[in-house]
Amino acid sequence: MSQPITDSDVRHVAKLARLHLSDAEVSAMAVQLGSVLGYVGMLQELDVSGIEPLTHALDQTNVFRADEPLPGLPVEIALRNAPDRDGPFFAVPKVIGDGGGA
Amino acid sequence: MPFDPTTSTLVSLRDAIATKKISAGEAAAAYLARIASINPSLNAYREVLAEKAAARAAQVDAGRVRGPLAGVPIAIKDCMCYAEGTTCAGSNMLRGHRSPFTATAVKKLEDAGAVILGTTNMDEFAMGSSTETCAYGKVSNPWDVTRVPGGSSGGASAAMAADLAAAALGSDTGGSIRQPAAVTGTVGLKPTYGRVSRWGLIAYASSLDQIGTFTRSVGDAALLAKIMFGADPLDGTTAQMGVPADLDQVESAPGRMRIGVARQFTQDGANEPSVQRAYEEALAVYKAAGAEVVEVDLPHTKYGIPCYYLVATAEASSNLARYTGMHYGHRAKDAGDLADLYRKSRAEGFGAEVKRRIMLGTHALSSGYYDAYYTRALKVRRLIRNDFDTAFASCDAILCPTTTGPAFRIGEKTGDPLTMYMNDVYTVTANLAGLPAISLPAGFSAAEGGKLPVGVQLIGQAFDEARLLRIARVHERATGHHLVRPVL
Repeated sequence: MSQPITDSDVRHVAKLARLHLSDAEVSAMAVQLGSVLGYVGMLQELDVSGIEPLTHALDQTNVFRADEPLPGLPVEIALRNAPDRDGPFFAVPKVIGDGGGA
Repeated sequence: MPFDPTTSTLVSLRDAIATKKISAGEAAAAYLARIASINPSLNAYREVLAEKAAARAAQVDAGRVRGPLAGVPIAIKDCMCYAEGTTCAGSNMLRGHRSPFTATAVKKLEDAGAVILGTTNMDEFAMGSSTETCAYGKVSNPWDVTRVPGGSSGGASAAMAADLAAAALGSDTGGSIRQPAAVTGTVGLKPTYGRVSRWGLIAYASSLDQIGTFTRSVGDAALLAKIMFGADPLDGTTAQMGVPADLDQVESAPGRMRIGVARQFTQDGANEPSVQRAYEEALAVYKAAGAEVVEVDLPHTKYGIPCYYLVATAEASSNLARYTGMHYGHRAKDAGDLADLYRKSRAEGFGAEVKRRIMLGTHALSSGYYDAYYTRALKVRRLIRNDFDTAFASCDAILCPTTTGPAFRIGEKTGDPLTMYMNDVYTVTANLAGLPAISLPAGFSAAEGGKLPVGVQLIGQAFDEARLLRIARVHERATGHHLVRPVL
């Protein structure tokens, strides 16, 4: 898994990550990610057959609370960090028609 | 001699305020004056809430605020949501962000009567080991202002080392409390995963993040632990268990004290001589105190960093997907459609290291690579935890250096991400295994004529902070390294 990562790989990942990268950033990222990926390739040395993945250190699942309604955020508080608003709503660019594709 | 609130322990300051030896207003004023004079040269605080802190202290003096921390001035980290100020996580993405709520850990301190002084700088989204990725400026180490204070909680460590707070909260995902504590000569506690609620903590890597403390003493860490620990209905990953009543009884004998030592922390000449000496001194302290020293083996230690950088970045890529410029955070001005708005807002809002980690994590989770990178890292995480499980069958705490050397110079490691990542080589495994760990002041390096602190770390068994803190107190009592302060 330690093969170098190409500019085209970087562009693909940037698309998945919804990150705009300049051409210069793409080239720099290819070098830096390649170096880190080469390093983490060290994990390939280990025999992990039969080992169960550990996603979480805490052996605890499904903690429930009573299904009782609790107060939500007041509209003015919820909107106070909004980059743009329209009355009591968050204003965002057009998302349907030719504005979509996200 | 008059009581000096800026050098006393949290415990004695709390007692001095409770017995009216000093008022909360005087304590807050002393800290705010010190911050005003010293913070400009360190940049430890991003935001100082002077008026609010003074008003709160006045309420304590008027008897309207009570509790086990009444009037004690504390700093919080910039990734902890606080409704009374701004919360920016060291990022331009959240510049000016005013959280609608306060993080549970901070709320618990306030409910106990604490006075919040302000918010300390940090690496952007806690991604870094030097606080150099902070969008609000680099932070200097009070012991040598040309050096870093560690990271990501570097503002907190600098604030503590310079006596700009009686205690400071930090968060630790791979060492972000313990490494900065070590290089600033402060006590840094990362509790067991699940001990402190993460509600209101801006997420970096959710299965690793844990809130903890910077303090002047082990006893102070224990006092704060007792207040902050516990299940939170707002965080389903807090441990559903009670907090031991004797958690803050650090003067009690630890009882059985079997100290585990592993060759993986001392081999290949990785440690700077002063670090090795500090470690050996600590070992001698424990032997003299009657501890049994047990050799343990942690063979997967060297896989900790690669494992961590896959697990943490994978989780980060998911956590940071929420920053889209829609409901809060930076929104690009000149975007075309929605996809373009996402891409540009994120490109403008995030700094280089955050972008790198999002990219690494996205790659590790992407189709065709998921099993080879992410799943494999999780299996290695299991091996790391198994190492600790085996070790703790024969010991009560594992002693090792916190870092391989003292604070490095500002700019020294920014050119190569991998070199920077290696700072956490001795700290990440405790996060991966979810274990509590504490860094203690352990002496000084005389490198280049400077007086630079180094630290030792004790890693404890899950949910056994009471014993860990008592064992830590044995070292603190015997050495007194925590009492040495920088000249400012």
